Amino acid sequence: MLYRESGQYKTSYTDDQAIFPLKQDRWLMAIALVIAFVVIPLTSSEYMLEAVIIPFLIFALAAIGLNLLAGYCGQISLGTGGFMAVGGYTAYKLTTSLPDMNMIIVFLLSGVAAAFVGIMFGIPSLRIKGFYLAVATLAAQFFLQWLFNKVEWFYNYNPSGTITAPPREMFGFVVTGPHATAEARYMITLVVVAVLALVAKNLTRGHIGRSWMAIRDMDIAAEIIGIRPLHAKLSAFAISSFYCGVAGSLFVFTWLGSVETEAFNINLSFQVLFMVIIGGLGSILGSFIGAAFITAVPILLTNAPQFFGFNLPIDLQKHFEVMIFGVLIIFFVIVEPHGLARLWQITKEKLRLWPFPY
Amino acid sequence: MNETRNIGDTLLKVDNISLSFGGVKAITGVSLEIREREICAIIGPNGAGKTSMLNVINGFYHPQEGTITFGGEVRKQMRPHLAAAGGIARTFQNVALFTGMSTLDNIMTGRNLKMKKNFLWQALNIGPARKEELEHREFVEHIIDFLEIEAIRKTPVGRLPYGLQKRVELGRALAAEPKLLLLDEPMAGMNVEEKEDMCRFILDTNDEFGTTIGLIEHDMGVVMDLSDHVVVLDHGEKIADGVPDVVRADQNVIDAYLGVAHD
Repeated sequence: MLYRESGQYKTSYTDDQAIFPLKQDRWLMAIALVIAFVVIPLTSSEYMLEAVIIPFLIFALAAIGLNLLAGYCGQISLGTGGFMAVGGYTAYKLTTSLPDMNMIIVFLLSGVAAAFVGIMFGIPSLRIKGFYLAVATLAAQFFLQWLFNKVEWFYNYNPSGTITAPPREMFGFVVTGPHATAEARYMITLVVVAVLALVAKNLTRGHIGRSWMAIRDMDIAAEIIGIRPLHAKLSAFAISSFYCGVAGSLFVFTWLGSVETEAFNINLSFQVLFMVIIGGLGSILGSFIGAAFITAVPILLTNAPQFFGFNLPIDLQKHFEVMIFGVLIIFFVIVEPHGLARLWQITKEKLRLWPFPY
Repeated sequence: MNETRNIGDTLLKVDNISLSFGGVKAITGVSLEIREREICAIIGPNGAGKTSMLNVINGFYHPQEGTITFGGEVRKQMRPHLAAAGGIARTFQNVALFTGMSTLDNIMTGRNLKMKKNFLWQALNIGPARKEELEHREFVEHIIDFLEIEAIRKTPVGRLPYGLQKRVELGRALAAEPKLLLLDEPMAGMNVEEKEDMCRFILDTNDEFGTTIGLIEHDMGVVMDLSDHVVVLDHGEKIADGVPDVVRADQNVIDAYLGVAHD
């Protein structure tokens, strides 16, 4: 009953092609946006924003990026961390050499830089597929990490080898650097992520998205139709890396503030890949759910024992946390191999009739 | 029948094509012509080189010898995207749909070549990109009506039964508004009713859109009824070419299908 579409007539193709053709979905989205833009900044503590919500948004953006490539175009990549590093270091070089540049432009340009690097490392995808491609993209991960560590120019010859976000203002607020409030950093992250998520949704619904999915599902038939694998695959690599690059610059500028190359190591790539797989390949919503799962569950598990009044030794608690987290991942992958987004889809279908059996 | 059929000039001419994979000769010196607005059947026993011939026309296989003339241009070899841009569409023997996408999206993908708006418009989904999308949606809806698949518009094609999948695949090929439509065994594995439906769609396509059709089929009843002209291949060579009645009576064809007595 909750998800009934009866009575919602669509009289034009415009209505039928809307992002959320159902009234219920539009309401849910509106509520989510109100919570994100109004409720969270007013009510959340600094710790909550710093430790949970900002990283969730940034990881969601990186997961969208990888999802465009792996979920929509079917090209597996393990270079996410490397592409995020390109974004982070580009943003750092841009802000330090051109101090007056608008931060939004910095974020976009860091995405563009990552897109070019992505195209370069996407070239092997024209020849190899599947696991072999995954291994080839590992080269991007290791090479880029090595490059940013080795060439001192990238971190402005700083002896500690770290890059630190300089303080920059937007609309009179300090949005980056050590003195920026969590709220300001949250808002700028939110705006970037929300806009880019909408763009991703639009891209996947149009002919570009369809050409990616065609390559994913049946590349021979796609070629017959006139889709050129070169264009489709490299554009997927470019746009995916753009998202990862922007996520990488946010990672440095609005979340951590100061990082070493080690922050962009292979673990980061795997983490984003898990988000995509658990959230759901080929789903923008799934990227958000996956990112929420991977970033929020460990924190919940950390806080759960105190909440229930247990006092476990800290090392034992840490072990439990890892074990339970692992079990949960296995559980969800077995229950729904198509990801949590699919689970949500099934729930919605059930809710059409609920509480009646048919 | 021919006087009412309004068959035009040669649309596709394959001249003296030879294709081999290493030592295996798939096609040897085959020439054939398909004329505008006709239905041409390519038949032959298994392994005769029929599908290889379609792959050559499509640009998947690159023949070692011979030329392909399509729409006035002579080529040594075809390329898939050139074939698609020139107006050659095809379906596959074993259905090759995009299983993760809905029927509507599959057919919309068929129009990809006609959608030109760049990705900045697409990203914002405003103005030209949106208008373009709606125009193509309208065209695709005509095809959906034509093929009587309205009810499965939003269903992922992976879930559809075989007969409907074949129909969606035909829809995807039609979406490109092809000049030449190549059908690789469109009726394989179908029951009588499904075959009748498919025949009707093929004839209607030919009749209403004036599409030239090249067809591979094993059901001789269908072939003889539908086609204006039949080409018979055997062991990679052409053994007969002509109107159905002539081909049916050809001794070489009978031998190829029934075998020759060795005594």
